[in-house]
Amino acid sequence: MSTLAPSTTDLTSRLDRQVPAVEVRDLRKTFRRRDRKAGRFARKRAWPALADVTFTIARGECVAILGQNGSGKSTLVRLLSTLLINDGGEARVFGHDVDREASTIRRLVNRVSVEASFFKKMSASENLSYAARFYGMTPRQTRTAVPEILGQVGFPPERRGESMENLSRGMQQKVALARALLTSPVLLLLDEPTTGLDPRSKLEVQGFIRQVRAEHDATILLCTHDMAEAETLADRVGLLDRGRLLFLEPVEDVKRRFDVETLEQAFFAATGREFVAEEGDSEDDEYREVFG
Amino acid sequence: MSEFALETRNQLVGLFGIVERNVYLTKRYFLWDIAFMVWTIANTLTIVFIARAAHVPPAKENTLATILLVGATIWAFLGIIFEFMTETVAWERWEGTIEYTFMAPLSRLVHLFGQGAFAVLYGLIRATILFFAVAAFIGIHTPNANYSAALALLALASVSFIGVGIMTSVLPLISPEKGAQLGFVCQGVMLVVSGVYYPVSVMPEWMQWIAKISPATYALRGCRNSIVYGTGLVWADVWPLLIIAVLATPIGLAIFRVGERHAKRHGKLKRAG
Repeated sequence: MSTLAPSTTDLTSRLDRQVPAVEVRDLRKTFRRRDRKAGRFARKRAWPALADVTFTIARGECVAILGQNGSGKSTLVRLLSTLLINDGGEARVFGHDVDREASTIRRLVNRVSVEASFFKKMSASENLSYAARFYGMTPRQTRTAVPEILGQVGFPPERRGESMENLSRGMQQKVALARALLTSPVLLLLDEPTTGLDPRSKLEVQGFIRQVRAEHDATILLCTHDMAEAETLADRVGLLDRGRLLFLEPVEDVKRRFDVETLEQAFFAATGREFVAEEGDSEDDEYREVFG
Repeated sequence: MSEFALETRNQLVGLFGIVERNVYLTKRYFLWDIAFMVWTIANTLTIVFIARAAHVPPAKENTLATILLVGATIWAFLGIIFEFMTETVAWERWEGTIEYTFMAPLSRLVHLFGQGAFAVLYGLIRATILFFAVAAFIGIHTPNANYSAALALLALASVSFIGVGIMTSVLPLISPEKGAQLGFVCQGVMLVVSGVYYPVSVMPEWMQWIAKISPATYALRGCRNSIVYGTGLVWADVWPLLIIAVLATPIGLAIFRVGERHAKRHGKLKRAG
């Protein structure tokens, strides 16, 4: 990446390489929701989205967290990106506490979610410039950095000025990846980045994630329900089920541990249930689950 | 560059980003803005025509029409500020960008102040167009008007309005469904107690006490006197505005922080209303 957000470069150079990129210990998050069957005025009951989750990700590592819709993947990503406050336990990003040192973490982290969220009337270039300003990139810097990063994700140059609402889902997701990388994050949180994409766009996005790993000093946490994607991209694979992290190991170790040949079989062995990879907006599904 | 200087530079670039984004969006919705402007002018005319119906001598009618026009213009100006401030959250939630903005390393003060700064600039342009369009339509004469004093007073009051706007911008975080509308309730209440079309003295005493802490009271009184009678900046209007300006932004920011933590604790940041 040739153009970096100035503040991020400075912070990155000061990071202790020995400190894990992510350290999560006994992390808990509970939402309260009404039981749909009990009626509108029923008391809300606790709904654990994350229950005592503990894991560590080393700097430069790519870790995939697998889980069905509503398993807690998006909640985990939101906690690490300072968008939620945990109820218990702790989470640290490069040694910084996600709640108490949120402003430091925000310079180090960026995220791509299942929904490519943009100002729909603004163009790809305008949306990226807007996002880059928050990381201290001036108009002069974005004038070169935006076309460069869009070129890297394979975005057609002639469509840079087109409103986002006119772009396909795959195109929008490429712009979302470009937005995340434009700010040169050292921790990249990918929350179902390929969900809902056609096979070709999916392969392109996956190829770009590989490229980022190869060329960029980034740690990647990939949350997905695509087992093949997790297997091909990640160094270690974890399974989050109903808020609990059942394991986080290299794929071969997982298969050996459960004496199975595929991750689907491992899921069945670990939970006693079939893995149902639902296509669609898992993030919102999770919210619907939580808020009912 | 020292760490402080670098951080200050980054925050200023971020503030520019907020203003720049609003410029982009205003350009995209320009025709809608014209339609909204027509509605605002029509709405103001319905108020200012009351002066014609009063059947008073022409000079008195002109003064009454000017007083009503100043009130309606400040109502419209304040409406723009409150609209932009409450949309800080509501609009971004609708577009789905709110999480990206809230996880960016931009201080909340700069974020909200950037939104307010654009609102003030945009509101001033619209208020100026509104004032002169209606004045020309009705045939209002303002030979004694001291527009620079009125503008200076409005600019000073704008700092307080941004502060109050920050307080209301938290409402969509607490109630995604109805929060934005509550912002307009606050706008209406503020103007009612501030004597938008009448002197504060005609209100019940308890309302007059509330009027004392409303920045709109001093903005309305000062602008009215400057435009109708040509009074310049009067210290009695300036000092309360200075005090309210100093207090309103930190209080607004503190309230917003509480609302933001509430939303983050209960997962309400993303929820579509």
